[in-house]
Amino acid sequence: MKMESDLNRFRKIIRGKIKKELRRFISSGDLIGRQGKKKISIPLPRIDIPKFQFGSKEQGGVGQGEGDVGDPVGQGEPQPGEGQAGDAEGQHSLEVDVTLQELAEILGEELQLPNIEDKGKKNIEDKEYKYTGILKQGPESLRHFKRTYVEALKRSIAMGVYDPDNPVVIPIKEDKRYRSYKIQHKPVANAVIIYMMDVSGSMGDEQKEIVRLTSFWLDTWLSTQYNGLERRYIIHDATAREVDADTFYRTKESGGTLISSAYKLALKLIEEAFPPSEWNIYLFHFSDGDNWSGNDTADCMKLLDQNLLPFSNMFCYGQVESRYGSGQFLRDLHKHFGESSERVTTTQIKDRDAIIDTLKVFLGKGK
Amino acid sequence: MKFDNSLTPELQELAVSLAEKSREAGLDFFDTVFELVDYKQLNEIAAYGGFPTRYPHWRFGMEYERLAKSYAYGLSVIYEMVINNDPCYAYLLRANNLVSQKTVIAHVYGHCDFFKNNYWFSKTNRKMLDEVANHATIIRRYIEAVGHDEVENFIDCCLSLENLIDIHSPFQMPESEEEPADEEVYRDEGVAKLRSKKYMDSYINPEKFLEHQQKRRKDEKQKKKSFPEEPQRDVLNFLLEHAPLNNWEKRVLGIIREEAYYFAPQGQTKILNEGWATFWHSEMMTRLSPVEASEIVEYCSQYAGIVGGAPGQLNPYKLGVELLRHIKQRWDKGRFGLDYLNCDDPKVKSAWDTQAGKGYEKLFEVRRVHNDITFIDNFLDEEFCHEHKMFIYDYDRRTNRYVISGREFGPIKQQLLRQLTNFGQPIIKVRDGNFKNRGELLLDHEHDGVDLKHEFTLECLKNMHRIWKRPVHIETVVEDVPRRVSFDGSSHNMEKL
Repeated sequence: MKMESDLNRFRKIIRGKIKKELRRFISSGDLIGRQGKKKISIPLPRIDIPKFQFGSKEQGGVGQGEGDVGDPVGQGEPQPGEGQAGDAEGQHSLEVDVTLQELAEILGEELQLPNIEDKGKKNIEDKEYKYTGILKQGPESLRHFKRTYVEALKRSIAMGVYDPDNPVVIPIKEDKRYRSYKIQHKPVANAVIIYMMDVSGSMGDEQKEIVRLTSFWLDTWLSTQYNGLERRYIIHDATAREVDADTFYRTKESGGTLISSAYKLALKLIEEAFPPSEWNIYLFHFSDGDNWSGNDTADCMKLLDQNLLPFSNMFCYGQVESRYGSGQFLRDLHKHFGESSERVTTTQIKDRDAIIDTLKVFLGKGK
Repeated sequence: MKFDNSLTPELQELAVSLAEKSREAGLDFFDTVFELVDYKQLNEIAAYGGFPTRYPHWRFGMEYERLAKSYAYGLSVIYEMVINNDPCYAYLLRANNLVSQKTVIAHVYGHCDFFKNNYWFSKTNRKMLDEVANHATIIRRYIEAVGHDEVENFIDCCLSLENLIDIHSPFQMPESEEEPADEEVYRDEGVAKLRSKKYMDSYINPEKFLEHQQKRRKDEKQKKKSFPEEPQRDVLNFLLEHAPLNNWEKRVLGIIREEAYYFAPQGQTKILNEGWATFWHSEMMTRLSPVEASEIVEYCSQYAGIVGGAPGQLNPYKLGVELLRHIKQRWDKGRFGLDYLNCDDPKVKSAWDTQAGKGYEKLFEVRRVHNDITFIDNFLDEEFCHEHKMFIYDYDRRTNRYVISGREFGPIKQQLLRQLTNFGQPIIKVRDGNFKNRGELLLDHEHDGVDLKHEFTLECLKNMHRIWKRPVHIETVVEDVPRRVSFDGSSHNMEKL
């Protein structure tokens, strides 16, 4: 198709646009809820070729139909989305479908993310049967018809019995060829993300939104790095429980905070369902940094040191700034593991604009 | 999978018989080659503006994606594409049923007849299909030689200025050759003195007078030398002749200009052309080769789709065909001429019928000489306006909506004509190619009440600068204040005049 090359040129331009707008997409959350199974539809400003033309609004026009003077014609500009007022003109937007894979690639390019190095579990393998070879023996059900006849034809020509006017070719046993399979060992990289979030009273809606945006992009990136990606969600205040994604982002509870409760639950999950020898385990914990007591914090450090860190590829702690949080937990982590620890990755997420830096810190290690 | 694109024997037969009937009815068209394509191909052809062999450019990809999407979501269906060429090429959608195909074929013949006979199409290249393929070859060669990005960027630049053409220029006589330049030099003998006796000379031709004369002459000459002498509407041509472009750039700009001129008449005659084709397909389906009883519902629903449309919006098919029918009725009943126009009695007027029977004759005349503007200007009358519930709407800043602002005939017609003037494009001329005597380019926008879209103006100036390579300016009106908007290569500037 001749169109293909023009379409590709267009897509390339689009890709450039997305890249340019990526920061805005990341902090605005425009893309959340727009993803289908494999594709995501991205709203971009239309890329018209500019011409000297009339400003459309003042122009008015002529129409046909019923209605009194003052009635709306019903073709006004679409209202800009909530909270995003101030756009000078209602822009016609262009919806572009991009695969999640492509979006992740764009993210990777823009943030210069390294590909993830596998934890080195070469022993997890999957067998795959592929019919690639040809054998002289085999079951009739796998007989290769065409090859068999080619052999028979060659033989009959060699024997001088082939008659082009009456091209009858009858294979004999020696002509028969059979398909054979080879077992291919494919390493499978399975990965699980365990999201943990503090839902105590001090975590407000904005804080949760930040967590949601961050995890969307973490998801997007990691899911393109692994064949199968599982996600688990844990919320905690003084106690922890596992919930589905929807509840995870919506729940608001009050009460105190015992971070260790979440870590214990995560550990239990890992032990039950995700043996560390077979899984790449990612732990992301978001909190405003308020823990109930120093004792609990000590418990946390112990849990991390002895169990969670050895089991996981990464442990990331994102501290979302809130008006009420003291931010103490981050300091405790730093005290315990050192500020630039290889084992524990920490960031402070001040506001939405900081999400992009967080992603870079979390994913920049390539683990 | 690839299908044969030729018509099925059944359709072939239909095409031949419809062609015969159309010709009997008075239509006169080039031979028409039909191709049967699936929706993907049709979308592709439509994205290329009807020419499958167009030069490569990303905007065709964008257009294709838009068409493909709106087809997939059921928002729009393209029934047919016709290309103004000799022979005419028409593309039919394979999936259409026979009734649709019949309608579409009849519709196509209407367009072909219009292309061949309408005056405004008379200067278009009838071998455009070949020409466009040649353009594509040339541009591909440049892409290979200069680089894809470079050529594409330059095409973007040219396209952004492609509407700066003079739609009337194909119809103007070539200007007579100017006198050779050096003759002027010889004749420049100084100021002619008034006749006088020698002793009176210093009184009759005093120093001051001579100086004044000298200055006037100089001014006149300067004026003549102003460049261009008259403001030029064909900005692209001006750039082509005077901008410092290298060879391939010149050629590309030339190609864009040529294609813009080719497509211009279609923009100029949208209402009339579509109206004419719709008129003839409905004539065909209801009078010349009427549909069977079993087909009538299908036909009606299709017809409703063509002349229907979003409530409140103006559909060129509908307006065109209804105005043509209105004309036919008027001339059939003799409702023209001084007597009719001077008649003040609405009763007499509405019963007016002289059995003149000149309807068809008048229609063929209309299709020969008119374009949308003259069509609307001559035939849109108050009666039609009310009968078809036309109104004007305006943008209401408070509610961010368009609201109906009136139903009076005068303003409606005025608004419609304004919309059609210069096929809906602002009129922009080159006023000075040596502005400030510094080789800068000054454009002039004839402001008629509607401002230019400002962001686009800024972008276009940038593109203009890419071609002219010196600062460029445009004089226009921004929010009721005359202003000059400029771009000097690095930044924009706007000053009050």
